[in-house]
Amino acid sequence: MKGRIPPADPGVRALIRSARASQLSRRNLLSIGAAGASAAALSACAPPKPPAGGVAALKLPTDVSAEEKIVRWANWTAYLDYDDTTQKYPSLEAFIKKTGIQATYSEDIDDNDSYVSKVRPQLEAGQDIEKDIITLTDWMANRLIRDRLIQPLELIQMPNAGNLLPALREVSFDPGRNYSLTWQSGFAGIGYDKAKVGRELKSLDDLFSPDLKGKITVLSEMRDTLGLIMAWQGVDISGNWGKPEFDKAIAKVDELLTGGFIRRVKGNAYMNDLKSGNAIAGIVWSGDLFILRAETENDNWEFTIPESGGTLWSDNLMVPITSTHRRNAEALMNYYYDPAVAAEVAAYVNYVCPVVGAQQEMEKLDPDLAQSPLIFPTEDYLTKSNIKGFRALTAAEDQEYSAEWAKVVGN
Amino acid sequence: MSAVAHGAGAPAAPAGPDTATRGKFLPYLLLLPGALWLLIFFVVPLAQLFTVSLQSQFPGYPGYYYRDVNFRNYLDAFTEFAPHFGRSLLFAGLATFFAFALSYPLAYAMAFKAGRWRSLMMICIIAPFFTSFILRTIAWRQILADEGPVAKVLNTLHLLPGGHITETWMAVVAGLTYNFLPFMVLPIYASLERVDPRVLEAGGDLYANGFTTFRTVTLPMSMPGVLAGTLLTFIPAAGDYVNAELLGSDRSTKMVGNVIESQFFKVPGGYPTAAALSFTLMALILALVFVYVRRFGTDELV
Repeated sequence: MKGRIPPADPGVRALIRSARASQLSRRNLLSIGAAGASAAALSACAPPKPPAGGVAALKLPTDVSAEEKIVRWANWTAYLDYDDTTQKYPSLEAFIKKTGIQATYSEDIDDNDSYVSKVRPQLEAGQDIEKDIITLTDWMANRLIRDRLIQPLELIQMPNAGNLLPALREVSFDPGRNYSLTWQSGFAGIGYDKAKVGRELKSLDDLFSPDLKGKITVLSEMRDTLGLIMAWQGVDISGNWGKPEFDKAIAKVDELLTGGFIRRVKGNAYMNDLKSGNAIAGIVWSGDLFILRAETENDNWEFTIPESGGTLWSDNLMVPITSTHRRNAEALMNYYYDPAVAAEVAAYVNYVCPVVGAQQEMEKLDPDLAQSPLIFPTEDYLTKSNIKGFRALTAAEDQEYSAEWAKVVGN
Repeated sequence: MSAVAHGAGAPAAPAGPDTATRGKFLPYLLLLPGALWLLIFFVVPLAQLFTVSLQSQFPGYPGYYYRDVNFRNYLDAFTEFAPHFGRSLLFAGLATFFAFALSYPLAYAMAFKAGRWRSLMMICIIAPFFTSFILRTIAWRQILADEGPVAKVLNTLHLLPGGHITETWMAVVAGLTYNFLPFMVLPIYASLERVDPRVLEAGGDLYANGFTTFRTVTLPMSMPGVLAGTLLTFIPAAGDYVNAELLGSDRSTKMVGNVIESQFFKVPGGYPTAAALSFTLMALILALVFVYVRRFGTDELV
């Protein structure tokens, strides 16, 4: 046995596979895993062979798109045009009408980590997570594609995918966009209620000032909150920074939390705190404040990129490895890459639109928005505002930094 | 599966065709569904969790771990998260105390004074259960919000040092107290209701005043309910993470449940730590309950 024991994950996976063959429920599977694990625990002390990772061939499930005309989409809060009166998503309704594919949309994702941690075990075990499209940020997309949990896309099924902004076509985690398609991009910056704060907030120094103590919320997304703080400390976040710069930023967050400046570190749920008045300013995502304006009917919500710079991120549509409705998912992605539809969505969500031609379509819908740098930023705007992407972390850095981040925010 | 089938099959097997022995084994047969349930949904997952708690990180492969017998996980988990354990026990203890202080008079009034209002009071206690626990806790966030009535009044009276209630330990303890209140009221009410009024009258006949009767007759007779209520409140409150997550802050109010949640769901490769934390919490609570029952719970518990 020694040295030949398979690593825990593939081992459990194999058990689950064999168990599925004998038609058992999920609960029972866990128990089998336990029996196997306890037996192996007694004998295994030497580290086993490393996990196979990307070497294994990708096995795609049989596609039943033609028979089951459904597509199930998991997305973030306030991320698709929504009509309050009909309680429906107009662009999605139009898609259903046009294609006959019944699309179900759920705002399941509040935070990359917590969502993926929930579905990952099922994806690894090959169990349907009941989603055909998931929408995750670049770095998380990187992890999932690397771990072979995402299906490749058939670009031939998606003629509109050619409308993707050239700058987004060659990304480090998915060269040539074989596995993912950008949903929206956006910035992290300062958001605040101008009336309640009583002045303009232009920099992080303005934000973390004594009169706002305990009224500030920041994002639980490490790359956004730390990215802004690192830029504030003069670091080029897309450049080749290392542990000392990271530690310095972590120390700053620690200081702000201990000093009571930051009230909560939260995922997308921070919007509730802004609504209830528990927080009146914070580090937020660019589009959310516009939604907040509409929802609270309060035009005092302002979004600015701090003088020291902001972060740029993208969320990506991907088909999880367990989905049996890939074709339908592709039809939906194709539909949203139609410039007219993209403009319709952008007019509501106010995030950076990744579709070429949407700006012209926006001219027809709302000429003011067509000029908004938050939706259609020019290269010039990005450089001037020092908006950058957080550099990709290696797997080891990823783990180390995530653990430190979790520790500093209280767990 | 074989292990499961074995354990389950053993007590049932002797109940064969022999009718004479059937009666003897009938109780075991009746026990079987419950025992099976416990075995499959409690014992086996527990064993699984225990093996996870002993696993080691895969060097160089973040997020992966391998089977091992690594007791260091326990030491690391306990030393690193000792404050969280302390808070869990402290908050659960406070919530139990406040729930008791609120529940006893309520249960007493229901049992002895309520008359025809008794069933209405009962409905008022149980009705909130028809709404989700999470929703009720989120509602507390609104009630205690800075712009809400409670915080505003306290602020104008200058009784709130930090300026807000949410994101403090007060909100967490208040949330725990509220959410577990019925678990305290109902057992106390059940044991008070069983008190024979003639026994109380006898106390009066023997020249005891109201307070002495309460102290020497009513209270001791309700002790089984108090004991059950405190356990039903303390145990789930110590493991709760919803209240600390929704009402507490990031730093000073996080409980063990929150750490377990974040180690499981947010830190890559945090499974062994989370499992070790779960086991440590379980052991701590078991030890405390054991001491408590030994000290206060006499045979009256049954």
